[in-house]
Amino acid sequence: MKRALVAWMTPLLLAGTVHAAAGDVADAMAKIPAARIEIRNFAFAPNTLTVKAGTRITWINRDDEPHVVVSAGKQFDTSPALDTGDSYAAVLSKPGTYAYYCAIHPMMVGTIIVQ
Amino acid sequence: MRPSDENQVPGRRRFLECMAWAGAGTLWLMQSGVLQARSLCAEGGDSAVDASFRFVQISDSHIGFHKAPNMDVAGTLRSSLAMVNAQKARPDFVLHTGDLTHLSKPEELDSLSGIMQDASMGKVFYVPGEHDVIGDNGAEFFRRFGEKQQPGGWYSFDHRGVHFVGLINVLNLKAGGLGSLGAEQLAWLKKDLASLSASTPVVVFAHMPMWSIYPEWGWGTDDSGEAMAYLRRFGSVSVLNGHIHQIQQKVEGSITFYTARSTAYPQPLPGTAPAPGPLKDVPADALHRYLGIRDVRHVQGSHALAVTDEVMS
Repeated sequence: MKRALVAWMTPLLLAGTVHAAAGDVADAMAKIPAARIEIRNFAFAPNTLTVKAGTRITWINRDDEPHVVVSAGKQFDTSPALDTGDSYAAVLSKPGTYAYYCAIHPMMVGTIIVQ
Repeated sequence: MRPSDENQVPGRRRFLECMAWAGAGTLWLMQSGVLQARSLCAEGGDSAVDASFRFVQISDSHIGFHKAPNMDVAGTLRSSLAMVNAQKARPDFVLHTGDLTHLSKPEELDSLSGIMQDASMGKVFYVPGEHDVIGDNGAEFFRRFGEKQQPGGWYSFDHRGVHFVGLINVLNLKAGGLGSLGAEQLAWLKKDLASLSASTPVVVFAHMPMWSIYPEWGWGTDDSGEAMAYLRRFGSVSVLNGHIHQIQQKVEGSITFYTARSTAYPQPLPGTAPAPGPLKDVPADALHRYLGIRDVRHVQGSHALAVTDEVMS
C-alpha cells in the first residue's frame, strides 16, 4: 500500500505542480504543509511568503478580474486563468527564491522563499 | 448628429429618440494636432459633411464576464453595434481594440464572432487584449481574427490615403512590467513606416495604452517610446487604444492618443480606487452612460481626424 502511494505521488512531485482537487487528496494523504496567498486588489498577499520545502502553496483570486500566476523563472507550471474565487496550487519542493507574477497584469509581482 | 437631421424612417427615429442624444456624447475634432471638443448636438453634425470616410472603434467587449455591474455583456455589445448601424452613413470598417473576451475561451471567441456577424458589421479589424491570449498566447484568437500578415500577428493596411497599423502589446509581458511591443515588432514597424511620406496620416491601434496613463495600474506600454520615435516625423498620427474602459486623451506634438470606452463595464478613474477592475456600484439604469463606441471620420485634405465618442443611453 505504501509503495503504491509513493508511486502515485511521484509524478505529481516531479511535476512540481498539482491542481487544487488532486492537491486536496494529496494533502490529506501525505499531510504536507500548506500555505495560502490571496489575490486582492491586483496584489498578492502576503507579497513575500516564507515556507518550508515541500509546502503546497494555494493562490486564491478574490478580485473581479481574472489573474494568471506564472513563475518568473519557470520554476513551476503556469496557472490557468483564475476567475473570481478560483484557486491554483503548486508544491514547491526545492529550497530557493521563487519570483512570480500575473501573466496578464505583469505589474503584480510576488516572492516565495522556500527554506 | 442632430435628431432633426434624421430621415423619416420611423423605426430608426424612434431608436434614436430612445437614446437621448442630448448630452450623450462628445465630438472630438483633431485639427493640426489640437484636440477640440464639441457637443454632439452642436457643430458635430456639420463637420460630418466634410468627411471623406469614417470608421468606428469599439473595445473591451469582455464576452464571458457576468458580474456586477453588467450581467449581459453580449446584450450591451449588440446595443453598441445597433448604434453603429443606426448611423446615417455606414462606416467603411470597424476596429475592435481588444479584450473581445474575458477569459480567452474558444466559446467566448465564437460568441463574439457570431454577434459581429449577426449585426452585419462587415470588415472588422481586431487586435487582442490581454484577456484574449490567456493560456495559448492568442493562438485561438489569431486563428479566428488575425490578419495573418506577420507571424507575430501585427499588421498594416492603407485606406483612402491613411495608413493604419495594428500592433500587439499584450504578449511576452515581463514581471514587473507594462504592455510590451518587443524588438521584433518594433523592427517591423520601423520598416513598415519607412517608405511613407511624412504627410501620410497614420492611425495606430493597439489594446493597451501606448503612453503612460497610470503605470501603477499597468496602464501603459514599456517600449511605446521607441514606436513613437518612428511616428514623430509624420504630420498627423492618431493612436487608438482600449484597456482602461474610459476616455482619456493626450496630445504630444503631432501625435494624439485616445483611449476608448468599453462596451461591457466601466473602470475607475486612475488612482481613484485601490485597484483597477469593474466599477461595480453603477446602477443598471446608468450603466449605458459609461459604455460606448467611437466614430472616426477622416476629413480629406485637412490631416485631421474627427473623433466622436457616443455613449449608450
